[in-house]
Amino acid sequence: MTAAAPSRTVYLDHAATTPMVPAALEAMTAHLRGVGNASSLHASGRHARRVVEESRETIAQALNCRPGEVVFTSGGTEADNLAVKGIFWSRRDGDPRRIRVLTTAVEHHAVLDAVHWLGDAEEAEVELLPVDDRARLDVEALRATIERDPGSVAVVSVMWANNEVGTLQPIHDVVALAAEHGIPVHTDAVQAVGHVPVDFAASGVDALTLTGHKLGGPYGVGALVVRREVSVQPLVHGGGQERDIRSGTLDTPAIAGFAAAVELAVKHQAEHATRIGALRDELVRRVVEVVPDAHLHGAPLAPRTDRLPGNAHLGFPGCEGDSLLMLLDARGIECSTGSACSAGVPQPSHVLLAMGCDADQARHSLRFSLGHTTTQADVDAVVEAIGPVVERARAARR
Amino acid sequence: MRVLAAMSGGVDSAVAAARAAEAGHDVTGIHLALSRNPQSYRSGARGCCTIEDSNDARRAADVIGIPFYVWDLSERFHEDVVEDFLAEYAAGRTPNPCLRCNEKIKFAAVLDRALGLGFDAVATGHYARLVTGADGLVEMHRAVDQGKDQSYVLGVLDQDQLRHSLFPLGGSTKDDVRREAAARGLLVAAKPDSHDICFVADGDNAGWLREKLGDRAPNHGGAIVDDDTGEVLGRHEGTYGFTIGQRKGLRLGRPAADGSPRFVLDIEPVSGTVTVGPRERLAVHRLRGTRPRWCGSIPDRLAGTVQLRAHGEEHRAVLTRDGDQVDIELLEPAYGIAPGQAAVVYDGSRVVGSATIAATDRVAAR
Repeated sequence: MTAAAPSRTVYLDHAATTPMVPAALEAMTAHLRGVGNASSLHASGRHARRVVEESRETIAQALNCRPGEVVFTSGGTEADNLAVKGIFWSRRDGDPRRIRVLTTAVEHHAVLDAVHWLGDAEEAEVELLPVDDRARLDVEALRATIERDPGSVAVVSVMWANNEVGTLQPIHDVVALAAEHGIPVHTDAVQAVGHVPVDFAASGVDALTLTGHKLGGPYGVGALVVRREVSVQPLVHGGGQERDIRSGTLDTPAIAGFAAAVELAVKHQAEHATRIGALRDELVRRVVEVVPDAHLHGAPLAPRTDRLPGNAHLGFPGCEGDSLLMLLDARGIECSTGSACSAGVPQPSHVLLAMGCDADQARHSLRFSLGHTTTQADVDAVVEAIGPVVERARAARR
Repeated sequence: MRVLAAMSGGVDSAVAAARAAEAGHDVTGIHLALSRNPQSYRSGARGCCTIEDSNDARRAADVIGIPFYVWDLSERFHEDVVEDFLAEYAAGRTPNPCLRCNEKIKFAAVLDRALGLGFDAVATGHYARLVTGADGLVEMHRAVDQGKDQSYVLGVLDQDQLRHSLFPLGGSTKDDVRREAAARGLLVAAKPDSHDICFVADGDNAGWLREKLGDRAPNHGGAIVDDDTGEVLGRHEGTYGFTIGQRKGLRLGRPAADGSPRFVLDIEPVSGTVTVGPRERLAVHRLRGTRPRWCGSIPDRLAGTVQLRAHGEEHRAVLTRDGDQVDIELLEPAYGIAPGQAAVVYDGSRVVGSATIAATDRVAAR
């Protein structure tokens, strides 16, 4: 622990949330000063509606979907719940035999807990598909699971990129398998949009989740992009503002900020990935030089197409992740143990457990996630701190 | 100093952390998660172990202006405190889990980790005073607030642990601490004190033991026998529901022949027999302690006082050390002394050490 207050914060938790980009902040604050319910018929209402629709078009263009396919939500969790539950309900209504929900063991809790709720409350048959030691979905297991009884599958949900270890999933294979049987596919692309190329139409998925605060936009706004042909029952009932599948007065300022952020993130995606990927590779390489038994979890750094460019998920044998986090925090370096918290009680990561790590391995990990404000100096700071920090954390465990 | 403040979410540990910070120490707050499933422990914001308590601790840390983390000690707590508690009851003894928690968790697992991480001390909201004696040893004394004094449950700490401990509340009364919490803007200022065992959700000790012991229970019932006549007076549902000296809850239909109340005199877990009799037969004049723990120098013989249960009275006693056992002679008899409880020995207000009561000698045999 250093007694002196850290002079500068080294923020390496962009996968948790990333700072707003100036354009998004400007767009949002500009509209916060105005008035107008996008559902009102007068001039102020029409103006707000125009902002919302222009935002929708901006996002549609960035993701290569139709504007009418963008359903604004309060964020990623709501969009995931809407997709998983809403599609399940519609599909089961269409044919009561469709009660199976297939997803991976490494999904975010927004999907995992939603499908488990379906299992508990709606008698859905939930099947969690296995992943390999890099957290990549076992496509053959998915094939076998679907083909056992294709007619009973209501929906398949597979994340585009894993939030903890950064592994990209074989979405095209998933879509191809599901398409053979006309099964809709949802993907949680919260970590992917703006970091790797995401083309909604080309991907063939039926529904895709994204959220503002992971790509330089505001908190509390996101979207479910969902094909017009896919029927989704609403989760939230009311005015029916969004295609009658999502109700609630639209948050015009947040939507404007969200759209500005999506536009920029997608526009700069390739150069961002190159710059951040290089810094990430350097961080991993130099950390392993300092701590030789540290190791990367998830997909290897090369080829770049298997892993999010900003994700460095590292295991430090003999350390508690919590200790590492606390010691780095005291030095102004902010990262994550990548574990889910309830009341701040750390549980071993379900992602790492699904990858075959034991509870001990799952606890000695740290996630550094780089983003648009990350600099060379941030990487240098981690490399400088990590040796003594790991030594301390090991001492604390003896 | 770099100080780790253990914050339960209660008013005492919050004020202790605030005082440590105000004294100029570099303080970091931690809340100990002791249950894998916080909902399963006592609900309601009455002590430790709930999500609400974790949030209360976090908000106190915000107000004090110190960093705050939650440490997961649930496995260690389960192994060292909960399992020990079960095993002791199964063996017919009456354990004190708070003592065990201080010995094995707060001032062992937590302190060791804190020292490893570069901290110098652990601060808690216990009411006890630490002073450095002429010989350079850190002495632990009873708190100024006699009603709140917690030196008994800290009697298991050795010199090494005491050297790395801070008890900022030892010189204050509880009323002062509450007033200070309010003045500092700590929202927990009026939060009720915790009393029950934190992992027994609803305070129903016997019910909890019945459920958790399951097949490990030494018996699922037996006879309640009169110590004088040998007569079976009633049945019970498990010896673990009883403690020596217990009077209430025996549910014996008839009073004793002379009309005086009956008390639990003995618990025999193997046969499942609970023996009851008059209070005078509980009188103990000597006890034998095992697993002694010494706060400082180790005495061979000491005339002082001994406390035999939390918030219990002091008894004048002479302690004689016999290897790794202690013999404690009580100068006047004590009643309701249960094996498994701690005997904490004092020299005036100073804690000398403690031992676990293994056996007692009764004044009057039948």
